[in-house]
Amino acid sequence: MDLKDLYRKVAIVGVAESDIGRVPHKSKFQLSAEASKKALDEAGLTKDDVDGVFTTIITEGGEFSSMLMAEYMGIKPRYTDSTSIGGSSFVAYVEHAAMAIATGLCEVALICHGSTNISDRGGRAGPVSGASHIFGPAQFEEPYGVSTVGSYALAAARHMHEYGTTSEQLAEIAVATRQWASMNPLARMRDPITIDDVLNSRMIASPLHLLDCCLVTDAGGAVVLTSMDRARDLKTRPVSVLGTGEAHTHRMISQMPDLTETAAKISGKLAFDRAGVSHADIDVAEIYDSFTITVLLTLESLGFCKKGEGGAFVSGQRTAPGGDFPMNTQGGALSYTHPGMFGIFTVIEAVRQLRGECGPRQVPNAQVALANGTGGVLSSTGTIILGKE
Amino acid sequence: MAQIPLPKPYQDTEAYWAAAKEHRFIIQKCGDCGEHQFYPRGVCSHCLSSNLDWTAASGDASVYSCSVNYRAGHPGFADRTPFVLAIVELAEGPRMMTNIVNCDPESVRIGMAVKVCFDDVTDEATLPMFEPA
Repeated sequence: MDLKDLYRKVAIVGVAESDIGRVPHKSKFQLSAEASKKALDEAGLTKDDVDGVFTTIITEGGEFSSMLMAEYMGIKPRYTDSTSIGGSSFVAYVEHAAMAIATGLCEVALICHGSTNISDRGGRAGPVSGASHIFGPAQFEEPYGVSTVGSYALAAARHMHEYGTTSEQLAEIAVATRQWASMNPLARMRDPITIDDVLNSRMIASPLHLLDCCLVTDAGGAVVLTSMDRARDLKTRPVSVLGTGEAHTHRMISQMPDLTETAAKISGKLAFDRAGVSHADIDVAEIYDSFTITVLLTLESLGFCKKGEGGAFVSGQRTAPGGDFPMNTQGGALSYTHPGMFGIFTVIEAVRQLRGECGPRQVPNAQVALANGTGGVLSSTGTIILGKE
Repeated sequence: MAQIPLPKPYQDTEAYWAAAKEHRFIIQKCGDCGEHQFYPRGVCSHCLSSNLDWTAASGDASVYSCSVNYRAGHPGFADRTPFVLAIVELAEGPRMMTNIVNCDPESVRIGMAVKVCFDDVTDEATLPMFEPA
């Protein structure tokens, strides 16, 4: 059977976020479960309809994540997936869930995520592991002070060295994303910023400034998929999965084959080929923006521009409202929310844009959307292309 | 004051850290395919052979990428900031993470020639570092 025929059997029927921002009185498990309830509710489904659970929790108390969350919600699935490849996991789950549904291994798939990153850390970015002695390959990085931002900074520095990319070009992304956030009442940071604001913000790890970095927040999110046949009887307008891809190239930044190219080169090509659409067909893109450099590398790796031309591509506020490449329309991880792993929120916004329910930030007549998650330290990617049914 | 995180040696890595303690910098070379690799593993990541030999590395390298870090994830680095987080490319081929030390952090550039040196962090652990050649 052709892969396209399998995708055609599947629909996304529910998306939701939990309370987001700073939610100290709720556990990450509750945030995940509340988002799940909202996503099921909007489709007209209940937790008893769910027979596939997809989730990963990478913080304290989250081991055996899919069993844990299924138990927490009183669900006994016959399909389970705790793939743990960082923030891209939740985008990759769309591929896994779509194929499980298309082949009949499950019928209603729940992808969920919850995190209390800011409440856990008292509002400050915490240590990588905090351990005094490091076991495993990480002992070749952590004793040197590696951090997430430090890792991404190494990629940014290399891209600047090879291609002359500038801090101003990276700042364009943060400024454009904030403009989108200003139209999203749920976004944590909504005051407009300028390129100078980004350049004058504190240097965290050169060349990345504070405003090149994503937020740290609490949040939960959920996505529900089912068969297209069943979707037609549900309350929401189904969104089609046109094509998907996933890939990873390394775990630690020192092992990344090329600091200027992400696995999106692989997952993106798979998704485009499988969907049978071209770059020009993409009306709106939701690109995981853990840092400004993440977006730039991803746009190049996905093939929206040539390698090395990402800086020029995002210049002139091209990705801002009114620009010709609408991107990160909910305000992204840079300005909307970032609970440690952001992937699920790229899916949620892509679906809402295709349903046309985004109010002032709606991209007119959005027919085809792309979402791309990045996980680890530019390590893994999941790319999905969705279409209006 | 918090200590920086130190390695907890295991089967794959005990020889590397023992050598570092003696200020020797060794890496693995595959006895079958002839490739070097870093970090140390129980098998060759190029051909999955278990026939690996330890070899003295030259200690010569060039900076593949670098970043001046003004904060670190771990509290043990509080009195080391700002420090240069770097990936260096060893003369033998593999890349590794390190710090570039014994120089002004702002002076470190991609492509710069560096050579190995050693930081005896505690009596139990020595970290290979790199300094301008």
